[in-house]
Amino acid sequence: MSVETMSIFSPELSARFDELVTRYPMKRSALIPMLLYAQDEVGYLSDAVIDEIARRIGITPLDVRNVATYYSMLRFKPAGKFNVQVCTNISCMLRGGYKIFDRFQERLGIGHKGVTADGLFSLEEVECIGACCWAPAIQVNYDFHDELTEEQVDAILEQYRSQNAGGR
Amino acid sequence: MPRLVSHPDEVKIVTSRFGKGAAKIDTYLELGGYASARKALAEGAEWIINEMKASGLRGRGGAGFPTGMKWSFVPKQSAKPKYVLVNGDESEPGTCKDHLIFLHDPHAVIEGTIIAGLAIGAKTGFIYLRGEYRYLIQIVERAVADAYERGFLGKNIFGSETEFQVIVQTGAGAYEVGEESALMESLEGKRGVPRIKPPFPAVVGLYGGPTVINNAETIATVPHVLAMGGAAYAAVGSERNGGTRLFGLSGHIERPGVYELPMGYSLRKMIYEVGGGVRGGRKLKAVVPGGSSTPVLLPEEIDIGMDFDQVGKAGSMLGSGGVVVIDDQTCMVEFALRTISFYQHESCGWCIPCREGTDWLKKSLTRFHAGFGTEKDIDNIQYLAENMMGRTFCPLGDAAAMPTLGFVKKFRKEFEDHLHGKPCPFAHHPEVVLV
Amino acid sequence: MADVTFIVDGKTLTAPAGTLLIDACRKAGIEIPAFCYYPGLSLQAACRMCVVRQEKVPKLQTACTTPVADGQVFITESPEIAQARKATLQLLLGNHPLDCPVCDAGGECELQDMTFKYGAGESLYVEAKQHREEQKWSPAVYFDRPRCILCYRCVRMCGEGMDVWALGIQNRGVTAVIAPNGGDHLDCEQCGMCIDVCPVGALTSGTYRYKSRPWEMKHVSTVCTHCADGCKVTLGVRRANDGMEIVRADNRDKSGINGDFLCAKGRFGFDFVESAERLTQPLVRNSAGVLEPTTWEKAIRHVAKRFQEILSARGAGSMGVIGSTRTTNEENYLLQKFARTVLKTQHIDHERTADYATFHGLLVGSTGRAASLKEIAAAPAILLLGGNPTEEHPLLAWSLRSDVRLNHARLYVANTQAIRLERQAAQSVRLSDGGYEKLVRGLSGDEAALAGLPGAAAFRDALAGEESLVVICGAEFRGAALAAPMRWGLSRPQVKFALLSDGVNARGAADMGLYPDLMPGYQLLAGDRPIHTEYAGMPTTSGKDYAAMMEAAGSGGLDGLLVVGADPFAALGVAEGALKDTFLVVQDCFLTRTAAQADVVLPTASLYEKTGTVTNSYGDVQMVRKAADKAGVKPDFEILVRLAGAMGVDVRMLVPFGDAQGARADMGQTRGAQAGEADRHAVWLAANGLEPKLSPFDPLAILDEVERLVPEYKLDRLNLFAGNESTTEPGAGFVSVESLLQRKDGVVATHPGLFDSGLLSERTSALQEIRRHQEKLAVAAD
Ligand SMILES: Cc1cc2nc3c(=O)[nH]c(=O)nc-3n(C[C@H](O)[C@H](O)[C@H](O)COP(=O)(O)O)c2cc1C
Ligand code: SF4
Ligand code: FES
Repeated sequence: MSVETMSIFSPELSARFDELVTRYPMKRSALIPMLLYAQDEVGYLSDAVIDEIARRIGITPLDVRNVATYYSMLRFKPAGKFNVQVCTNISCMLRGGYKIFDRFQERLGIGHKGVTADGLFSLEEVECIGACCWAPAIQVNYDFHDELTEEQVDAILEQYRSQNAGGR
Repeated sequence: MPRLVSHPDEVKIVTSRFGKGAAKIDTYLELGGYASARKALAEGAEWIINEMKASGLRGRGGAGFPTGMKWSFVPKQSAKPKYVLVNGDESEPGTCKDHLIFLHDPHAVIEGTIIAGLAIGAKTGFIYLRGEYRYLIQIVERAVADAYERGFLGKNIFGSETEFQVIVQTGAGAYEVGEESALMESLEGKRGVPRIKPPFPAVVGLYGGPTVINNAETIATVPHVLAMGGAAYAAVGSERNGGTRLFGLSGHIERPGVYELPMGYSLRKMIYEVGGGVRGGRKLKAVVPGGSSTPVLLPEEIDIGMDFDQVGKAGSMLGSGGVVVIDDQTCMVEFALRTISFYQHESCGWCIPCREGTDWLKKSLTRFHAGFGTEKDIDNIQYLAENMMGRTFCPLGDAAAMPTLGFVKKFRKEFEDHLHGKPCPFAHHPEVVLV
Repeated sequence: MADVTFIVDGKTLTAPAGTLLIDACRKAGIEIPAFCYYPGLSLQAACRMCVVRQEKVPKLQTACTTPVADGQVFITESPEIAQARKATLQLLLGNHPLDCPVCDAGGECELQDMTFKYGAGESLYVEAKQHREEQKWSPAVYFDRPRCILCYRCVRMCGEGMDVWALGIQNRGVTAVIAPNGGDHLDCEQCGMCIDVCPVGALTSGTYRYKSRPWEMKHVSTVCTHCADGCKVTLGVRRANDGMEIVRADNRDKSGINGDFLCAKGRFGFDFVESAERLTQPLVRNSAGVLEPTTWEKAIRHVAKRFQEILSARGAGSMGVIGSTRTTNEENYLLQKFARTVLKTQHIDHERTADYATFHGLLVGSTGRAASLKEIAAAPAILLLGGNPTEEHPLLAWSLRSDVRLNHARLYVANTQAIRLERQAAQSVRLSDGGYEKLVRGLSGDEAALAGLPGAAAFRDALAGEESLVVICGAEFRGAALAAPMRWGLSRPQVKFALLSDGVNARGAADMGLYPDLMPGYQLLAGDRPIHTEYAGMPTTSGKDYAAMMEAAGSGGLDGLLVVGADPFAALGVAEGALKDTFLVVQDCFLTRTAAQADVVLPTASLYEKTGTVTNSYGDVQMVRKAADKAGVKPDFEILVRLAGAMGVDVRMLVPFGDAQGARADMGQTRGAQAGEADRHAVWLAANGLEPKLSPFDPLAILDEVERLVPEYKLDRLNLFAGNESTTEPGAGFVSVESLLQRKDGVVATHPGLFDSGLLSERTSALQEIRRHQEKLAVAAD
């Protein structure tokens, strides 16, 4: 019985993982990418995700958890479909990062690490995302939005709402 | 999309292909790409290292270690495979230069990696990007695939007998993983906790093999150094600080952006001419010269040339080249708090002084900023930072302690203004959450 | 490695190059504080307590990661260093609950000690401390998170030391936390090693927590009663209503053959001592056929009278004696002497768990061929044939793992089943039944024998390349099957052997001659050795063995049977009432199935309640020291002496006590002294034979005789009495194997698990609770 046949991942991701573990001098090097890609697909690192990745790499689920809990992008509870990450670190803070964050809080009615009731959005205050010279900046999932003003917050939310409605 | 900026004082070497579509391999080739790698292949390791030594290029990751010298430390003979590891974890607040390199000139990183590999005799290079840079990872992966397709990577690079493979790796959110030994741990699928040194990576590194680790900007500079010649590159910069550097101007600056300026360029000019001065014509209060871990400079301290030695002499560090400009409307206690919150959040937790020290600093500053501080707290904050300095397992502890000491020493008055329930005199955000 | 010279605090020290400064200093008596450093575990450099100043180096250096080299100069105590350590402690204490008054570790806490030393008394913070409820990870292990200082010792001990890897570190920064593999519980071997290495009270023992304060206890080092590896265990005892009770077992003084190690049984398996089922009064079957409590005097007189009656009516060989693997060497020696010289019978045996007779027979005439445990632990190469050390010989497993990990030893495993130690093996071969025989033939050069054994050729070649080797055989190797690998090994130089067994004194019972055909030291019944002279008058034809005795007794062929510490009814499945025509006397701690059938039951002291010596599987003899005390029970040794006395025997013939040499007694300091001056005097006096044996109940009074008559037992007394092991030399025996190979080995295989040692583990509530926890986990995993 091969791992793939009982995978909880899509055939594409399974195939990608099959390749990934052969890429490095040591299987384990695939761990962090796998966790991130699995999270992208499943939404979060469920026990089942951790167990399967542990199996694929040949380490214990505890070991996977030890590593996964270290990295701040990895989560163990579902986030919203669109995870809004607002940088408030120094360069962004100086240019109004907190105002942006507050606007999102107010518009979404949730706070740091909150998820909207419809599951569409979640909000996070994050550390520097490497966009200091284009501050204030945010990321929605992996998309950057920079040089923001409070006013643009509504438009950004609208953009993702319609993207969702469009079924993308 | 990050905006590109320009200024007449710039000397565009590393940024020369920015905005020209060089992420496409054909364009990169048209712009002279991969010529340095071919030359390096023909000339051999000794020549490469000599050119690198002559260039005076010092690591752009923060510590400013001479690159040629670093490469020469790798033993010629090794039972285990050697590796090149490109550090694209770029997470130091105030720093976004590698971001632009990956976006506009990914092949320069690949070419530099090949050259580093040739210099030390490695067959594999890793390019590690922070996980937040997903769109850049895709760009770099595309570029790597193209390079394979052209035969620039693989078993027989450029039709030679030499093999070189490049693997692109993603992180998943951890500043500490930018530290070179933690980076290796992370690449080996582990927690991002640094390793005990010695042994140093050049001797025992990734998978136990000798490893050269360089910042992405350092690596992207390498093909240019070989193209123009080490001596010519060195001539651009200041004494013992070869070439140019990508400076990120951010914060309260009129024209923020990443500028490529010669090493030793005046900080004052950088702020007032290149950056167009403090935003809205306000008064300058302080400058963080090299990313959040470098101690602030006061307005009267900015008449220095921006290179590793001069900034060091001024009591701070050139660091990652992230220049954060702070105007007179800013509360320095809040600024200190936000800086420390970052290090508290990013401490790997391995050693006691950093793990507990950053946490107590954050707690003290939070309470202090909220108006519940006492005289003794200011001394305590200083005491904490002093007792972290030089005592932690890796430099992250210092990175938290150094700026704190700077804030307390240079802005003690402002700390005192927060005492006895006095409200923060500046418009401020009440507290930093981030857990 | 070559020695280097360096200077520490002005003192010139030498140590092998590469020694860690912290170790070099400690060896020289310079104490360097450390939380994360633990000898034998991987380096962390995380706590920063060990910082020292090295000349010409800008920053303070961690002594735990600094290898010494020639010419270095260090300072280990200075105001600067003290300040660094103090600051670190202040940081830790800021969040620490400071619940020392109720913390188990209070008084034995490294954080407390450091705080005392560096005076981090005042608090710098006003922020509230984070409180978190204590977590029960298993019946054995509890976790109190706020007390944890994240030294990672537990994680490393579990992973590197135990190869179990049940503990991890999760989250990062100040939220980093030690986490068990089951999420909220531990799925592991429950060895408790994590508790042992915890420098503070973050990991606490399920059996000890909130029970006592360390200074309320007396700490007695003795030998664990549960298996044949013979770990030294420290029992913490406290005065109780009916004597002294054991409140804790741990490995406080790490001077034993087990070093750092102790398993679940050793650590948690002591409350059988306090079991409600414990017998505390002699029982005599009354005329109504019911066992009725009585006094010791009556019981002893009754037994003595019946024994005498049987002896005078039926003569020699009318009675049988069955001993055990749980009683001491002195008791076993005395038991066979009592049987042979007082009861005049050769029907003597014990529950054999390994074929030590053959093992000895093979080694006769050679020297240095038996491997002590310490030799195994340092051997460059080991061949493990059969056995399952991880489950059945936990200390051996630990020693082998450590040897591989720390000394880069090569372990070769051949087994018919999968065993955990294969993970440490340089090579392993899996054999089918009968495979051992073929493998050994192959090792001896029979190429054809290896055909069809995958990996066996490479295995043989690797073994052939080993200069020296220890061959360890599981208990399943007996008779000819044991002789084969041993003969192969004996044909090569520098091969040593060990044979595994079960029962704390399984080896000792065999060595002491609890055999129907072999005397102490595996000497034949007939001969002209000193023992034969001293035992003159005993019957010289071989008696019945264990099973035969039970059979004979069942069919009326034995008139009396004395069972000491064994349970033949349970072991052999003997039907109730089968021995109704035999006068059955049982000495035991509990009413075993056999005891329930007895005419007289004499309640005995457990190993933790008496003094003597025991011999482990590897021939290491160690002192057992009386720790606990239970009113109403007596050691088997004393019972036998009393019986003999009541039978009118001159007990001086049995136990040579008294002041034979005219040495003067040190009346205040007889045996039993456990601490300080008295102990050191007693050790020296006893070791030099200068201590008069004041009483026939003194088990050590018979040790002289054992040493005199049993050739293997030439003990290094000073070491032995000081609490160290003294090894035996089987090669010094007389009877070679040819005469032994013909006999029935009579070994009954037992396969004790990690929480199982038969009677005692069944009566230990802590071990039973752990078992239930493990069973639940096993069910959940299915
Ligand atoms: C806490 C910490 C974070 C670091 N982060 C980065 C980083 O994000 N990128 C980087 O290139 N170097 C980073 N460094 C520096 C690296 O350890 C290393 O010195 C550098 O990658 C070497 O490259 P260079 O010689 O080209 O500068 C960091 C160092 C520390 C101590
Ligand atoms: S200073 Fe210590 S806790 Fe901080 S990041 Fe480095 S090793 Fe980790
Ligand atoms: S013992 Fe050296 S750092 Fe902990």
